Amino acid sequence: MLEGILLGLSAALSFQNLAMVVAGCLIGTFIGMLPGLGPMSIIAIMIPIAITLGDPTAALILLAGVYYGAIFGGSTSSILLNAPGVAGTVATSFDGYPMARKGQAGKALTIAAVSSFAGGTIGAILLAIFAPALSSVALLFHSAEYFALMVVGLSAIAAFAGTGQVAKALLMTVLGLILATVGEGALFNMPRFTMGMMDLQSGISFITLAMAMFALPEAIYLVLDPKRSETEGGSGKIENLRFSRAEGRAMLPVIGRQSVQGFFIGVLPGAGATIASFLGYAVERNIASEEEQKEFGKGSVKGLAAPETANNAACTGSFVPLLTLGIPGSGTTAILLGALIALNVQPGPRLMIDEPDIFWAVIISMYIGNLVLLILNLPLIPYIAKILTIPRTFLIPFILFFTLMGAYIGQNNATELLMLVGLGVLATIFKFADYPLAPLLIGFILGTMLEDNFARSMQLYRGLGFILERPMTLGLLILAAVLVLLPSFRAYRARRRARGVAEGD
Amino acid sequence: MALDRWIALVFVAFCCVYGYAAFFTMDQLLPPFMQRNPVWPSTFPKILSVFGVIVGLVVLFGLEATEGSEPSPTDINWRRLHEYKLGQALALLGLMVLYAIALRPAGFLLSTTVFIAGGALILGERRWIAILVSAVAAAGIVWWLVDQVLGIFLRPLPNFL
Repeated sequence: MLEGILLGLSAALSFQNLAMVVAGCLIGTFIGMLPGLGPMSIIAIMIPIAITLGDPTAALILLAGVYYGAIFGGSTSSILLNAPGVAGTVATSFDGYPMARKGQAGKALTIAAVSSFAGGTIGAILLAIFAPALSSVALLFHSAEYFALMVVGLSAIAAFAGTGQVAKALLMTVLGLILATVGEGALFNMPRFTMGMMDLQSGISFITLAMAMFALPEAIYLVLDPKRSETEGGSGKIENLRFSRAEGRAMLPVIGRQSVQGFFIGVLPGAGATIASFLGYAVERNIASEEEQKEFGKGSVKGLAAPETANNAACTGSFVPLLTLGIPGSGTTAILLGALIALNVQPGPRLMIDEPDIFWAVIISMYIGNLVLLILNLPLIPYIAKILTIPRTFLIPFILFFTLMGAYIGQNNATELLMLVGLGVLATIFKFADYPLAPLLIGFILGTMLEDNFARSMQLYRGLGFILERPMTLGLLILAAVLVLLPSFRAYRARRRARGVAEGD
Repeated sequence: MALDRWIALVFVAFCCVYGYAAFFTMDQLLPPFMQRNPVWPSTFPKILSVFGVIVGLVVLFGLEATEGSEPSPTDINWRRLHEYKLGQALALLGLMVLYAIALRPAGFLLSTTVFIAGGALILGERRWIAILVSAVAAAGIVWWLVDQVLGIFLRPLPNFL
């Protein structure tokens, strides 16, 4: 391994490759900040540029830089505008945006930068250590286990719901799953629930839905009640970039746990940065003390550090199946796989043996990339956060404009904009009634994968036999049931106790 | 009845319509060779519709604890909607719909300038020069970045030009 690291260092530290890392991170950060242009679209756009470089190592380093730069940039718009640029940073907005509204935007961005750096760096170290071994573990998972794993992921949304909110969260999850069934499924290739509309043939766009669920209701709320746009920090000046020693101490174990958890989730094909960030948030909320749990969703340091660490670690982890098995773990790595093939590089178990310079240079460049992101972004934070000082009369039209552009650029279809407005109004009504919106989006993201794996398992075992025949599947499904029933049981017990106190027992 | 229960009622009705489509209309389109499969395109929607009705009914009948639950994180009360700037919100939504309809025929630069300037005016901004400069600059810069730098086509001018 040491030999490989040295080989990777010599390749990654060449002037050209260092320039590629810096360029990739800058482009990725900028694009990731624009809601609507996620890593997938920007990597797709960058492929022709990467191919013209001629050198597969430099090309892959550039594309990888764009990838984690975009994830980092997405968190900035999540924190400042509550408009997640990429799906992996949706969970960042849960606590990042409330912090920004409290006048702590600078601190939130610093925490995001440090957590991302730590997650990415630890992920890169784990990648170097475990890459060969982990590929064999991922191979053990069949479609039945993936189906069960996704059910566990959906059940974990109970963590987002407060007492007495589990049914509401589940209702929103089911609605998200239902929305995911619109359009042609990959497995059946048959249009479903399109009502004869051509625009619905390819389904509802994730970006449109994400914008409608998060950016639009918040903008409407800002219009309805102008007081909401006044940050508690007063002047809106970004003065406090530092977090306290106590906050640093609170973050440390979160970063440690989520780097490892996020990395391993990223390794599993199909479970990328998005699931890692949601699960990271859910786990940290669940294991936090009762006092700390109340802070989640209102600007918790742990709630911000968890998804930020996990999504960057998962990005690194998703390179394991790509580089060692040639299996893309996510949509983004699928595009990277296409780029590799276009560059005449065949990823798979032989990549480490045949072209170790490429394999190790990419791993080393990931570490360098995270360092570059930290160095570039920390000094820029006060300037980035200035966005909050723009008067609301200008800020709100700009938020709405970027929201509309995000939905439009992704699909190049004006109907998306009408759909965005309709879904946004619906989301605002849900928000009025205190329904959590994140479960809907998680259900939508996982819906297609969940159905595909379920259908594959059903076909393979000619029915539901896979649940009993595969112990790992059964175990995961039992865990999912416990995750749903436990909060309901707690709520039931709390209700009984409250009734007992009221009756003077 | 509280708003959340009204929503649950609508959701249950929606799941019934969704389930009706899955149980009674989808399978008619199924080619004969697919009918031998253990899983059909309607299988997953059928499960979802049943599950949706169950969770919808749980919320509708308030079977989950509501007393002693956490206070609402929403600090806007829909019952006092008339006290808020509802007109501005509706006008902005209308402007968004107008933007969606006008984007192609009017071109990106004109429709975006009108949208940003119109949005600022609706919200009470009256510094005309600042409005125009920011709207024109934003439209121009975003068009240049998206069309010229990223290579995603955006028609800049109206159809008739």
